[in-house]
Amino acid sequence: MSTSAQHQVSCGGDISETLQVMATHKGCGTIGGSGKASCGSQAGIANLPIEIWEKVKNHPCYSQEAHHHYARMHVAVAPACNIQCNYCNRKYDCANESRPGIVSEKLTPMQAAKKVLAVASAIPQMSVVGVAGPGDPLANPEKTFRTFELVNRLAPDLKLCLSTNGLALPDHVDTIARLKVDHVTITINMIDPEIGAKIHPWIFYDHKRCTGIEAARILSNRQLQGLEMLTARGVLCKVNSVMIPGINDQHLVEVNKAVKSRGAFLHNVMPLISSPEHGTVFGLRGQRGPTAQEVTALQDSCESEMNMMRHCRQCRADAVGLLGEDRGAEFTMEKIMAMDIKYDEQARKEYQAKVEKARTANLVAKQEALARLASASSKIKVLVAVATKASGLINQHFGHAKEFQVYELSTSGAKYVGHRAIHSYCQDGHGEDSKLEIAIGAIKDCHAIFVSKIGGCPKAELIKAGIEPVDRYAYEFIDGSVTAWFKLYLDKVNEGKINHVERVNAAACSNALTSAA
Amino acid sequence: MPFKIIASQCTGCSACETQCPNLAISERAGVFLIDPEKCTECAGYFDEPQCVAVCPVDNTCVLDAALPRHQEPA
Ligand code: SF4
Ligand code: SF4
Ligand code: SF4
Repeated sequence: MSTSAQHQVSCGGDISETLQVMATHKGCGTIGGSGKASCGSQAGIANLPIEIWEKVKNHPCYSQEAHHHYARMHVAVAPACNIQCNYCNRKYDCANESRPGIVSEKLTPMQAAKKVLAVASAIPQMSVVGVAGPGDPLANPEKTFRTFELVNRLAPDLKLCLSTNGLALPDHVDTIARLKVDHVTITINMIDPEIGAKIHPWIFYDHKRCTGIEAARILSNRQLQGLEMLTARGVLCKVNSVMIPGINDQHLVEVNKAVKSRGAFLHNVMPLISSPEHGTVFGLRGQRGPTAQEVTALQDSCESEMNMMRHCRQCRADAVGLLGEDRGAEFTMEKIMAMDIKYDEQARKEYQAKVEKARTANLVAKQEALARLASASSKIKVLVAVATKASGLINQHFGHAKEFQVYELSTSGAKYVGHRAIHSYCQDGHGEDSKLEIAIGAIKDCHAIFVSKIGGCPKAELIKAGIEPVDRYAYEFIDGSVTAWFKLYLDKVNEGKINHVERVNAAACSNALTSAA
Repeated sequence: MPFKIIASQCTGCSACETQCPNLAISERAGVFLIDPEKCTECAGYFDEPQCVAVCPVDNTCVLDAALPRHQEPA
């Protein structure tokens, strides 16, 4: 480990001094934007142009595959907001990018920068720093951009990401491009102001509060204009839409077309979260959220138009870690102030190089498995569930899983279709029947479950439920393993050894999904 | 009359702070306050009081009837 690339940051000390030391240090490839290209694998994803692949391959939200390997963090530097949404109650938190109920710790840009260094040192998979509220980052432009400037200087290998409602976006596109923010998420729930008025009661624009259809029209125009301006500057844009049954659910197909034609890269349809206890307008009014099936059906009907994101976890505005895990509690400001931060870019690089090696191996395994599958011709499609901690590996014990990743297998390979949240079944080594039932219910429509390890009792219960527990691919890559298993499955069907039965998506599984949302 | 903030309703979102043309609003321990000496009700700057317009909670930024109206500069 090279000591020149390693700096001790004493939190009690003068941060500006630290900043200077760090700003003058230029390790290999510290020039922002190109840092990772050198140590990355050459394997792109078939249908993406290489320059886009370079931008998304280490972003856990923009690339489903990357979300097995890389982590992100949100820093809550932006409390103010310039619009009101009926699904949000700012007495608590923004329901849009965060689970409501818990107030985030508000950070100053300097505190945020410190937190970024602390987290990036502790979690070498950390590749993306985002500002996602808890209000709107662009309603707090000074704090947001100051944070980005600091991160650019202190940790130039980290990518920047921004989430906005879009109202102020056209005013800031140049700054966004200048600060090398590679990824912007715009929440767009409608392009029809009549629908918009039902979702957004007012906006604060041009020093005035506007309401109703007029407000929604301004918002929609500004969102679409901002999207066009960003894509014209080569900034990748993802669009988030909150699916609200009876209000914009049908309409989101139109939204999908509109944002696609303006260059959006990915569309993320998220279910409305509305419980009365969150105190949002929708929650209090009893507006229901969609079921998991409704979300999937809508995602499917948009899929022919563009890439849909299916691995979103609806994170908090201060989430830290891999998607699906939140390590925020380890990094409260109080703990960070007491930490001795060592930002060791070299160690991060070495770690990530290992990740890249594993990913390449994973892709190779996937290609090989696909090649074997290619000989089989069959219309059969099955779902399988996987217990995984990270790294694209089957590396979690059935009993420890908090969620399962679900893949659809066909002769064209394995396609990620979503995650099923469950309450972990045996935290302390003792299983509880009810939890096992929930776990089985969550994957009732799957033919098999891949785990690193599983106890005898749950194994028997799974088999009884018609789900094959598979532990022989422990610590192997997901893609290659599930396709290899599928090839064997098809062979057995063809030889008449087993009878293929379709498994239906039981109601239980939608409950498992929505209750976790 | 200057404006005041009903502290028990303020969410501490800070939206008003950045909009006030007179820098009359500041935070103390998570709650925002208006300095009555500085507040001009936005007269001469905007058609409506900015803190009222941007605050997400209705009736949180309100006129303080206990204090005299601000004298507009001639
Ligand atoms: S809310 Fe969705 S898009 Fe945003 S960081 Fe979490 S997973 Fe990614
Ligand atoms: S009314 Fe105008 S001047 Fe007075 S506190 Fe509000 S924003 Fe500031
Ligand atoms: S805008 Fe309203 S809620 Fe937000 S800080 Fe100001 S007074 Fe408080």
